[in-house]
Amino acid sequence: MHRYSFILMRPLQFVPVVFGVSLITFILVRMIPGDPARVLLGARATPTAIANIRAQFGLDEPLWLQYLYFLRNLANGEMGMSIVYRIDVLRLIGTRIEPTFALILCSVLLSILIAVPLAALAARNQGRSIDHAIRFASTFGIGFPPFWLGLMLMMLLAVKYPIFPVSGYGETLGDKLAHLALPSLTIALSLSTVLLRSLRAAMVDWLKSDVTTAARARGMPESIVFWRHVLPNSIAPSINLLAVNIGWLIGGTVVIESIFALPGMGQLLVRAIFSRDYMVVQGVAMVFACATVLVNFLADIATVAVDPRVKL
Amino acid sequence: MSGRARAKRVNRTLIAGLVLVGGFALAALAAPLIAPYDPIFQDGTARIQPPSLTHPFGTDNFGRDILSRIIYGARVDLQMAVIGVFFPLVIGTVIGAIAGFFGGVVDAVLMRLIDIILAFPFLVLMLSIIAILGPGLSSFYIAMALVGWVSYARLIRAQILVLKNADYAVAAVSLGFSWRRVLFRHLLPNSVAGSLVFCMSDAVLVLLSGAAISYLGLGVQPPTAEWGIMVAEGQAFLSQAWWITLFPGLSIVLLAFGFSMIGDALGEAMGVHE
Repeated sequence: MHRYSFILMRPLQFVPVVFGVSLITFILVRMIPGDPARVLLGARATPTAIANIRAQFGLDEPLWLQYLYFLRNLANGEMGMSIVYRIDVLRLIGTRIEPTFALILCSVLLSILIAVPLAALAARNQGRSIDHAIRFASTFGIGFPPFWLGLMLMMLLAVKYPIFPVSGYGETLGDKLAHLALPSLTIALSLSTVLLRSLRAAMVDWLKSDVTTAARARGMPESIVFWRHVLPNSIAPSINLLAVNIGWLIGGTVVIESIFALPGMGQLLVRAIFSRDYMVVQGVAMVFACATVLVNFLADIATVAVDPRVKL
Repeated sequence: MSGRARAKRVNRTLIAGLVLVGGFALAALAAPLIAPYDPIFQDGTARIQPPSLTHPFGTDNFGRDILSRIIYGARVDLQMAVIGVFFPLVIGTVIGAIAGFFGGVVDAVLMRLIDIILAFPFLVLMLSIIAILGPGLSSFYIAMALVGWVSYARLIRAQILVLKNADYAVAAVSLGFSWRRVLFRHLLPNSVAGSLVFCMSDAVLVLLSGAAISYLGLGVQPPTAEWGIMVAEGQAFLSQAWWITLFPGLSIVLLAFGFSMIGDALGEAMGVHE
């Protein structure tokens, strides 16, 4: 079998997981006490709207049939209407994907920029005080609540020294990036503590490996040994670590978007919880779960691409 | 590094962690004795006071003493961390042990369930469950128990899978001991070390999640003193009164640091790595 043939096979394994995800989100909303039609449409629903939603979701049918209705609607790209926004939940989420996606992307890039140099510095000075200081900082940093860190950065870099905008999202690309700076930095600082540990451990191992000893024996300068042999080999485990942490990362965006008033999916979720817009809660949870599955799949592809020895 | 130097460093880390967590636990227990003020008493004459001798950490917009609120807050935040770890630990251990021991269909079904739960971002699933149950501390505990067990189940299952073929387990089975006795008396005690170390890093996660959920307004409700809520309450006064937000956040950082250090030290001492 070809190394990359898993790209065709793996999605088959996702099918039960995605079904499970839809089942759990379905059950979540049906667990709310009261008439589901009233719950989904809010207190001020008209009788016609209630009749419509009863027909669309088969609310008078047994539960397993309701689930099939739910799946049929999903297949048609319909999850139901948001009570607050009065449009279909999937379309609503579509308008909110960009800020969340950009936030996650910027956070990951920024955390790599922070973690790689520090991990290299620590690994190359293993056992010295600079190594201890960096490891201490990463253990300490793991306990920083992102919501508090975000507020502290906001106070410092947006209020006291107005370098970055306080909150919101821009119109143009440059404006958007300026608004993303502080939220991404907040998440990146938290994420880089985890990344730093794994990178440092991998680098320490590779610095002691036969490959690097052989390279040194050939007279290769230490810096080239590091850039050519140690760094590329140490990255592979961290790609997986990032994928495993994508769920945590998405959780982080939920809180951070709420603080910085970024109009993304996380902010949508929190507001939907307060306004009892259950269709939106259901939709966001489902889209986030599918995104997590997709990211793990992409990480598998990346791992295979980076390391020729890996077979999945 | 020599073994002795390493052992010394591990000991130092463990003691530092225990001192931090123990300190907060003592403060929580002795809160009425050591807190200088009532945590929810609103002193109209002392609103938004910067740190001073009478109010070491200042006061908030209702004139409540921040230090006293932090000391009382330790009760709630420690309780969140302990209960939020305890139920997932127990549920996950039992489920993981059963899945690993029996294998077959039971194992396959439970593992698929774990895959599905892990597909959801942790905080998103927590928030969705809390959305259904309604805001509050008990909703947080229920959501935590429903979501958090999966990590423990996976850890224990992996251990049991290996250990059930160990000589002593095979001997116990061939002696005719019941499966309960073999599983819970022989296998389980030998497989919990990894989970107990994981408890400490999990406590950090639970503490941060609990505080974040309270910060969002979906956990502990005001006027209860809790660090996440205190941060949220200080947010509106960020530019004029930094102390309302700074000190509760620092308390979370320090308690989390204590848990992390205990976890690191135990992990190194037991030879368990994450």
